[in-house]
Amino acid sequence: MALDQDQVRKIASLARLQIDDGQIAEYQTNLTNILDLVDQLSAADTDGIDPMAHPLDAVQRLRADVVTEENQRENFQKIAPATEQGHYLVPRVVE
Amino acid sequence: MHNKTIAEISRDLAAGEYSSTEITTDLLARVKDLDKGLNSFITVTEEQALAQAKAADERRAAGNATPWTGVPMAHKDIFCTKGVLTTCGSKMLSNFEAPYDATVVENFNNAGAVSLGKTNMDEFAMGSSNETSYFGPVKNPWDTDRVPGGSSGGSAAAVAARLVPGATATDTGGSIRQPAALCGITGLKPTYGRVSRWGMIAFASSLDQAGTMTRTVEDSAMMMNVMASFDKKDSTCVERDVPDYTSTLNDSIEGMTIGLPTEYFRDDISAEMQQQVRNAIAEYEKMGAKVKEISLPNTHLSVPTYYVVAPAECSANLSRMDGVRFGYRCEDPKDIEDLYCRSRGEGFGNEVKRRIMVGAYALSAGFYDAYYKKAQQVRRLIKNDFVEAFKDVDVIMSPTSPTPAFKFGEKTDDPVAMYLEDIFTIATNLAGLPGMSVPCGQVNNLPVGLQLIGNYFDEARILNAGHKFQQATDWHLKAPQGIE
Repeated sequence: MALDQDQVRKIASLARLQIDDGQIAEYQTNLTNILDLVDQLSAADTDGIDPMAHPLDAVQRLRADVVTEENQRENFQKIAPATEQGHYLVPRVVE
Repeated sequence: MHNKTIAEISRDLAAGEYSSTEITTDLLARVKDLDKGLNSFITVTEEQALAQAKAADERRAAGNATPWTGVPMAHKDIFCTKGVLTTCGSKMLSNFEAPYDATVVENFNNAGAVSLGKTNMDEFAMGSSNETSYFGPVKNPWDTDRVPGGSSGGSAAAVAARLVPGATATDTGGSIRQPAALCGITGLKPTYGRVSRWGMIAFASSLDQAGTMTRTVEDSAMMMNVMASFDKKDSTCVERDVPDYTSTLNDSIEGMTIGLPTEYFRDDISAEMQQQVRNAIAEYEKMGAKVKEISLPNTHLSVPTYYVVAPAECSANLSRMDGVRFGYRCEDPKDIEDLYCRSRGEGFGNEVKRRIMVGAYALSAGFYDAYYKKAQQVRRLIKNDFVEAFKDVDVIMSPTSPTPAFKFGEKTDDPVAMYLEDIFTIATNLAGLPGMSVPCGQVNNLPVGLQLIGNYFDEARILNAGHKFQQATDWHLKAPQGIE
């Protein structure tokens, strides 16, 4: 499964990753090699096999719907790149 | 003092041979002296360590000591430590002071252990050589031109160099067992769900599991007694009694059946490597174990399966790193899209970006069934191979890695060659089984690891088997040159 350079750019954009133009070819080669490795799966006979999401096939544990977390806004925002009045600051989104 | 094991330090502290402050001071000095050449630590928490040691000495004086009170150790930098830098080996988190402790860290703190700091690792645990760390590669104490393995290379090298007697680590596809093998120490990855993942920065959530790096199997059992616990904060943690893993170490292994998978003794593994493992098996036969050839027919599909499941889960897990709430943010973003793309593009290294992209591709519209669903189906086939095998055998044994430690740069240009380094360890993660590596020989003065794979929640049995091997042999006592 060979990827072309536009596909590499599209995947990078979907994943919100800036990749320098000079590196696109290298990513193209490496990602193609990885997908070639992965393509060995297509030869496996998996008819009627249930997909396995959890090694122990465990199910989600439930708990009572009560508040368990305390508010730690100041504590968590101390490590944020930019905050103001309890909000996270980002560049303007709506004009 | 640095040659003491966890068990020995625990006994010495109880007997009053020396204080926690004394041994902590001694090891901190050793870290300062030797780690410049090894780079096994990202952060040394000298002040906190001495405070913990003082508190441990006071706790012992008050008569409230546990076997771990005052024992020095270190944590892989993937575990959140409150108020202490927690980088995961990445520029993205190079300024991240975790606001809380991981459950594993909390368990060691509650037992009174003393943490000397945070160990180096491949970025976000993605790598098999420790060369993807933003903080520079860790060097293998056996030969500083060679890699220590990865991703837990810092923990492995620190233990091998006798900087700490034990360290926590994590294993998603071999990240405990492979560096343990390459550094000549003992590494245990427990059953998926045995140890809490809360506060352990997630790479591939259905594969990640925390475990131990120690020189002896006895010490691994001691670490497991603290680490294994049910934690309702981790929804995948299994509610199940935790045995005293040290109590069965000396049980007889007479009549134990060892399975040798033909697929793990391949022609392309060097004859010398295979011989070391065969010698270890012969040692087990001397102790009364029986050996049986088995087949795990889907072994060849484990690396391809892993490179769908792990990247898919990593692309989801690492989406939280966006330059908004914590971690690295690019300079002067022109809009929100630019903020995301440049913060992530600049904050992540190449290997992490590759895996996120493979995952994003595998999960994208139109490809989900062909990649992710298919991989999950093959994953069940791989698990079924083990379930079938464990009907006839008690423990499965194999080489841990296809080669001993390799040189820096040898595999960095070819990600697929690096991925094949984990060919013997990955299937265990896909199946969720416990696995351990113990030193079993040397090739060209480099350590070789024997892998022991157990049935679900059968950690006690592989620890028992590993301990008996270490009672009969001295490979685990060998130290790198200049380290003794």
